[in-house]
Amino acid sequence: MHTADIQADTRSFLVNNFLFGRAEELRDDAPLLGKVIDSTGVLELIGFLQEHFEIVVPDEEVVPANLDSVNNIAAYVARKLSRKP
Amino acid sequence: MLNFDGRPADRAVLLRMIATLGHRGPDADGIHVDGPVGLAHARLSIIDLQTGGQPMSTVDGRLWITFNGEIFNYVELREELAGKEHAFATRSDTEVILNAYREWGEDCVNHFNGQWSFAIWDSAERKLFASRDRMGIRPLFYTQMPSGFLFASEMKALLASGAVSAEFDAIGMDQVFTFWMSLPPRTVFKNILQLPPAHSLTVSGNQVRVREYWTPSFSRPADSAALDEQEAGTELLHLLCDATRIRLRSDVPVGAYLSGGIDSTLTTALVRRIAGDRLRSFSIAFHDKDYDESAYQMEASKFLGTQHSCVTCSSADVARAFPDVIRSAEQPIVRTAPAPMFLLSRLVHESGFKVVLTGEGADEVLGGYDIFKEAKIRRFWARNLNSKWRPLLLKRMYPYLKDFQKQSAESLKHFFRVTPEDLASPLFSHLPRWELTSRLKLLFSRDFAAQVGNYDALQELRETLPAGFSSWTHLSQAQYLEAKYFLPGYLLSSQGDRMAMAHSVEGRYPFLDYRVVEFSARLPDRLKLRVLNEKYLLKQICRGMIPDSILRRVKQPYRAPDSRCFFGDGAPEYVSELMSPTEVGRTGIFDPHATGALVAKFTAGKAGSVKDDMALVGVLSSQILAQKFVNR
Repeated sequence: MHTADIQADTRSFLVNNFLFGRAEELRDDAPLLGKVIDSTGVLELIGFLQEHFEIVVPDEEVVPANLDSVNNIAAYVARKLSRKP
Repeated sequence: MLNFDGRPADRAVLLRMIATLGHRGPDADGIHVDGPVGLAHARLSIIDLQTGGQPMSTVDGRLWITFNGEIFNYVELREELAGKEHAFATRSDTEVILNAYREWGEDCVNHFNGQWSFAIWDSAERKLFASRDRMGIRPLFYTQMPSGFLFASEMKALLASGAVSAEFDAIGMDQVFTFWMSLPPRTVFKNILQLPPAHSLTVSGNQVRVREYWTPSFSRPADSAALDEQEAGTELLHLLCDATRIRLRSDVPVGAYLSGGIDSTLTTALVRRIAGDRLRSFSIAFHDKDYDESAYQMEASKFLGTQHSCVTCSSADVARAFPDVIRSAEQPIVRTAPAPMFLLSRLVHESGFKVVLTGEGADEVLGGYDIFKEAKIRRFWARNLNSKWRPLLLKRMYPYLKDFQKQSAESLKHFFRVTPEDLASPLFSHLPRWELTSRLKLLFSRDFAAQVGNYDALQELRETLPAGFSSWTHLSQAQYLEAKYFLPGYLLSSQGDRMAMAHSVEGRYPFLDYRVVEFSARLPDRLKLRVLNEKYLLKQICRGMIPDSILRRVKQPYRAPDSRCFFGDGAPEYVSELMSPTEVGRTGIFDPHATGALVAKFTAGKAGSVKDDMALVGVLSSQILAQKFVNR
């Protein structure tokens, strides 16, 4: 899966789940935590990533470097997918 | 009403206005017209059942009043005023207000201990004087026009006058979708204002002047830190006893709400101690055990020997009552919690009671709310942001929020706003709550958002903070924000007066006696929130007076079934109708596409977050408000 596709799927999930469909509110490089995603939202995001991309997100990887923007998420998922057997 | 242009007050308009307030006063009504001035009154007879009718005048006929509420120290004031040669024709507290005004003028309100909203017409000076109690227990709305002035206890009476039409005020709505309430004097409707708590108003000629007569101050006397705990406890108990004693003054039986928590159990215990007889108590239970506290309520009732009645509330009950709840609240709400209070007051009314004592206010004045603890933990955590243990305190605080327990420290850090910039904010304690609520504004339509423009609700609030606020302790700052804004703007109105008065029930609140409020404001923090033990001093004085199990239980905030009650089998038809793109578009506040996505999420059973819940309730309640008042 290309990073661009991961990015598009992630964007779509975030826009529909956290921004009531308001795509213009989401910039790919802007911080998500505490801005777009609320306290329980992180769990929803992780659930989506695990289910949609079939990856495992362990607790120690729930850090801003991996999850705090659309770009970070896409890069993180791409890395995980590339390591999959 | 008061016509500036000399036109006589229209009796038909007064009748139309007062007819909308029958629920607040079903026992009698009356109208007094004096040229351009008209006063109307719907009476809930509680004190002086025979001669307490209104509008009432002084014996000489100079002053006329319409009054909703109670002056609890009227017995002492009557004696004092009688000693100053004032004549009384009744045994009512209403007449005490009239003579107090004659004696002390506008300063009379500082002599009152009570909950009031009244207007006095001085026929000699041709001046109208109106006032609202210190804590904002009783409401007072008004409309100011070039040709005159209208006022009423609820906005629906002003709308019934025909002189003002309901049109949403974008700024007022922005405030509700930030603070859960509009900042007084603003309301959610254009051209309708509310008199802020602890304010009086005069209309003379065509000039309207509003002034604040009291403000809760948290400035501490220099010796407060050394205050002896035992002495403070004795004084607090003495004040609470007296506050309860004068709140039992009534010519009809007084009941009590029992929530199963410390505050209402204590007020009930005090009533029993003072009155001695068997008290009638009332409570809400829930089918959903996550919200239900009936075991504690029953325990309190048994311990205090009350005759207890309980209304058990289901999700379907909440959904069914919701349109009436919003019609009563007259502003959008983001939680369903007022609905069960509406059902509870119906039970009280059907049981033949008009007056109930409740424990409302204890959390604000004595430091009970989770938001106070939360802010303390956030500050503690901010001092060592890398600590793995400090954020766990936040989880321990919310054991009933299941999703919350699974959060990583990293995500909590973002949600709980512990950046240096946040720490410096005078609004630090409330930023997470207000930021979460503000996110609902993403649902606003483009046109409505354009009306809001660059308005910044937090900035407006910051500008109203009193001098010296920054020198107060962090707990005092948070207490002030709760007591000054959230308490009158939401708890005492949407969840309090409006829900009780919808069924002709008057709530009385010993913890909101101004003497208790002033005393508590002077207490050092360690007697309120000791480390993370809330309402510390109150718990000390409760020992032996209430069951130990209630004293020791983990505090459970009052919550009600969430938005899922509006979906699934048995969901009422009005939900799909009002949430349809056509109706949402007609109201114009929200974007039909965005609300459609929200509804789809609920219909699919995929909505679960607090934000989604609040969004759904916020949109639905706004739509109901529009249907009842705007899109008619």
